[in-house]
Amino acid sequence: MSDILLLLPFLALIVINVLPRSARGGAWVVCLVLFAVQTVGACLQPFVTLDWSMLQPLEKALGFTLVVDPLSIMLFITAGIAGMAALLVGRATHDTTRAQFTFANLLLIALIGMNGIAMVRDLFSLYVFIEVTSVSAVILVALRDGKEAYEGAWKYLLLSAVATVLMLTSIALFLLGTGGITYADLATALASGTPMAWIAVTLFLAGLFVKSAMIPFHGWLADAYSEASPAVSVFLAGIVTKATGIFALMRLAPAMMEAAGPVREILLVAGAVTAIGGAFLSLTQSDMKRMLAYSSISQMGYIVMALGGDAKLALAAAALHFFNHTVSKAQLFANAAALETRLGTRDMDRMGGLGARMPVTAGTSAVATLSIAGLPPLAGFWSKLLIVIALWTAGQHTFAIIAILTSLVTLAYFLSLQRRVFFGTLRAEWDTVREAGASLLVPTIALAFITVAVGLAFPVLLPILLGGGI
Amino acid sequence: MTIMTIVLVLMVLAALWASMTTLLLRATIGLALTSAMLAVVMFSLGATLAAILELSVCAGLISVVFVSVISLTQTKTFKDILQHRKGRLARFWPLPVVMLGAGIALSFVHSPVQIALPLPGGDGDVRTVLWNLRQLDLFGQILILLAGVFGVMVFFKRESKDDN
Repeated sequence: MSDILLLLPFLALIVINVLPRSARGGAWVVCLVLFAVQTVGACLQPFVTLDWSMLQPLEKALGFTLVVDPLSIMLFITAGIAGMAALLVGRATHDTTRAQFTFANLLLIALIGMNGIAMVRDLFSLYVFIEVTSVSAVILVALRDGKEAYEGAWKYLLLSAVATVLMLTSIALFLLGTGGITYADLATALASGTPMAWIAVTLFLAGLFVKSAMIPFHGWLADAYSEASPAVSVFLAGIVTKATGIFALMRLAPAMMEAAGPVREILLVAGAVTAIGGAFLSLTQSDMKRMLAYSSISQMGYIVMALGGDAKLALAAAALHFFNHTVSKAQLFANAAALETRLGTRDMDRMGGLGARMPVTAGTSAVATLSIAGLPPLAGFWSKLLIVIALWTAGQHTFAIIAILTSLVTLAYFLSLQRRVFFGTLRAEWDTVREAGASLLVPTIALAFITVAVGLAFPVLLPILLGGGI
Repeated sequence: MTIMTIVLVLMVLAALWASMTTLLLRATIGLALTSAMLAVVMFSLGATLAAILELSVCAGLISVVFVSVISLTQTKTFKDILQHRKGRLARFWPLPVVMLGAGIALSFVHSPVQIALPLPGGDGDVRTVLWNLRQLDLFGQILILLAGVFGVMVFFKRESKDDN
């Protein structure tokens, strides 16, 4: 069954490219259906068993070594949701059929990359699929014409290249030291405790930190997110950075922490510095997308910090916050797209009082900001609570307190965003502004609904999350 | 001093030249030379196919692409070049110092590690490894190439009226 998750998007990629030129406007529909099928299929997977035996000859012929587990399913769902939101925003914001067509193609390639990241079981394949996703993402950033977008793409490419060198060197050292590069070999190598194994782990961690934009490797992210087209920002902030960096960390961290060594401490300190640094950088921004970008850095720090918590809870807490942040941040970037489309600016100092003119955008953005800030009963509250509990029960009281205090800073910059954009007196220049169109409102409403629903249904979801083996 | 040491030193010098020169064309030649030296190292280590690929793709094909792109750019004036050279030297002077320091430090390290990479399985034939053991990575490689095609379209193709 796992091969299907790579082959189906690849088939869709072929299909949309053999469409006659006049029908290319429909590429996004094919793409949307595929993302929807993946999301629904992944959501139903724990409850429905399908017979995939007919595909065995194909799987044998391809010889791919892939494994699906609950963590993979979480990535399939989040990638599907972020992809659908990005496609709908792209429908509203990409001016030309060609831009929409290229966007759909690159989204499909990135989806295959992320599905690969979710299912591979060796470091080199992980690196290959991280690159597939990253290369697509770099080109997506450049999809918007202009010097700033090219600069954002260039910075992303340059830092990605640094991460590539670090990861490849690490893989080479693992090969030298152990003769294998599967996740099992990684655990064995770490258990042996040789210096080479630890140098290799350090390099791989550094590579993933660059991909995750952990401070001090965060320089590329704000430019890439803010200068990309609105739809690309939704996709990048929603899932790409998390899949290429954070998910890989989540996959490898348990094996790394089982071995004696300072990995737990590295994750805790790096996570805390990133969470605090990102939050304070957000406070100082007046460009809405840049504020959201730095907020993403902060939240990624949160997820990494969670990994250093109690072994039973850490991964579940990180996975839930991964999901919640994807949903809320994709929504906030969709809100930013709505504002940018209507106002032609992202400068929050020029906004104010827009809640009256754009009530749906204001309402949904309030849901997302309050959820990320960790207000009950929204989804973000539960994931942050789990993170704090995971840290506290692991005896990491200082980091648990840091997590709580950072949440207060998060609340502060998001309240500042709400006040500057939606509250106060409406400026005369925005008198004629209207609410955004359906393509922008549908994803924001749907994502806000998910945030509220996950929050309210959390008591039901928690046993599934903990019992699912994440 | 063995041939391998001379080749490694030449490779580092070529890489330094590629990084520090102010002219794009010279940087391209430096990069090609670095790749050529690396190909010699690979060949000496018995990685024949990797050496051929390094030589043909990195030293050959990529250099051709670079030169083609450079031919589309505008040449700087002599005054600009001098100005640029000053800034570049000021920015990159630690690079040779760091390389020299690292070289001296590494010369004292006598690693017990086997340099030849262990085979990842199969009979050791590169074809077997690629087609029978790493099919998934080949699939990934195809995807990266496809993404590259779209990259070329994004960077180099201008919008036409019928695209709207």
